Amino acid sequence: MRQSDSHVPHEQLVYARWLERATRAGFAALTVAFLVYAFGVVEPHVPLAELPALWALPVDQYLAASGSPSGWGWLALVGRADHLNLAAIAVLALVTICCYARVVPLLVARGERLHAALALAQLAVLIAAASGVLSVSH
Amino acid sequence: MPRAALLLLGLAWSFPALAADAGATPWWVWPIALFAVSFALGVVAVLAGVGGGVLFVPIVGGFFPFHLDFVRGAGLLLALSGALSAGPTLLRAGFASLRLAMPLALVGSITSIAGALAGLALPAHVVQTALGVTILAIVVLMWSAKKSEYPEVAAPDALGAALRLHGIFHDPATGRDVDWKVHRTPAAIAAFAGIGVLAGMFGLGAGWANVPVLNLLMGAPLKLSVGTSGFLLSVIDTSAAWVYFHRGAVLPLLVAPSIIGVMLGARIGARLLRVAPAAMVRRLVIALLLVAGARALLKGLGIWS
Repeated sequence: MRQSDSHVPHEQLVYARWLERATRAGFAALTVAFLVYAFGVVEPHVPLAELPALWALPVDQYLAASGSPSGWGWLALVGRADHLNLAAIAVLALVTICCYARVVPLLVARGERLHAALALAQLAVLIAAASGVLSVSH
Repeated sequence: MPRAALLLLGLAWSFPALAADAGATPWWVWPIALFAVSFALGVVAVLAGVGGGVLFVPIVGGFFPFHLDFVRGAGLLLALSGALSAGPTLLRAGFASLRLAMPLALVGSITSIAGALAGLALPAHVVQTALGVTILAIVVLMWSAKKSEYPEVAAPDALGAALRLHGIFHDPATGRDVDWKVHRTPAAIAAFAGIGVLAGMFGLGAGWANVPVLNLLMGAPLKLSVGTSGFLLSVIDTSAAWVYFHRGAVLPLLVAPSIIGVMLGARIGARLLRVAPAAMVRRLVIALLLVAGARALLKGLGIWS
């Protein structure tokens, strides 16, 4: 244990351990997925050469012009290089959810009901955002 | 360092000309340019103690051909990546406090979702103009904000005490153990509600606002405020990033080279921390923000398209 660890609550150290592992996995996935995409190892859904004509459009027009899905629709296209990158980005965006989910039982076990409730509420907000129910297309 | 600044500004200035003829420029020029600019921003951001997102969104939004919807999505993911990387070290060393962050992150993440939804619903020129005004306000804040190493907190407020927002901060620089507690918790929660809206709407990491609220308003020690601010970004930006993600406003060709560039740049910046003149780097960042903020404002108003 490091010198400063004695002042650091147990759940914070557990959070840090999960954060480190999940973040490393996310960055490794993103780097590999981007190399696959940029070097043309796997075909993308939207050809790279066509992107310059599309990326200046507002997102709704971009989706319509490129035939790209919104919400979780990208999962059906995860075999394409650009959507494989979205999967890696999704891993990074799931890291915080995993870490909060890990500390909730620790807080409950220690009888810290207020902080457990805060962590549960945070988890609910993050899961609602990740589920896509809040991101209704206009 | 002045040479790096000139290079960064020169690069940024050459992009509008290329961007105007984006169709004729090969696609691969842009990820390479994004990597170069993000790398430089990563170096500068670490040295100046700001998140990369606050520099990335106005600079890439102002000088690159991508629509602001995609730039804001990338800005959030950029800030999120930096926060995720720094998080384990900050939490283990006690430079960030999970308990202090929890109630503020909850409020900030709820309002960041609202900010992201509002930002994606508003016309681009309105968001661009508001972004310019916000960045120029950040310049004023950065120029004028004071800091307090160990603020005096006579007594914790009732909410802060109920949430047990106190602890012991071990400062390795001095070897001191500092008992800390906070006050004005309700006002800080209200401030984080506003910070969340701005973070979600403009895709900015909000370290520039988090630190003054934690340090000056709540009275947390400066180093704990900086560390906890970094951790808060990982929660607040995650919520807003999912909104952009589900709306389709995440362009891998923009996001991936930017994240990789800023992460590598941040590592170099961390190594340069001992030798780089902090005051000059801070002035450089303020100058960059001033130019990028003015560009965003004028672009939004249709004066400098």
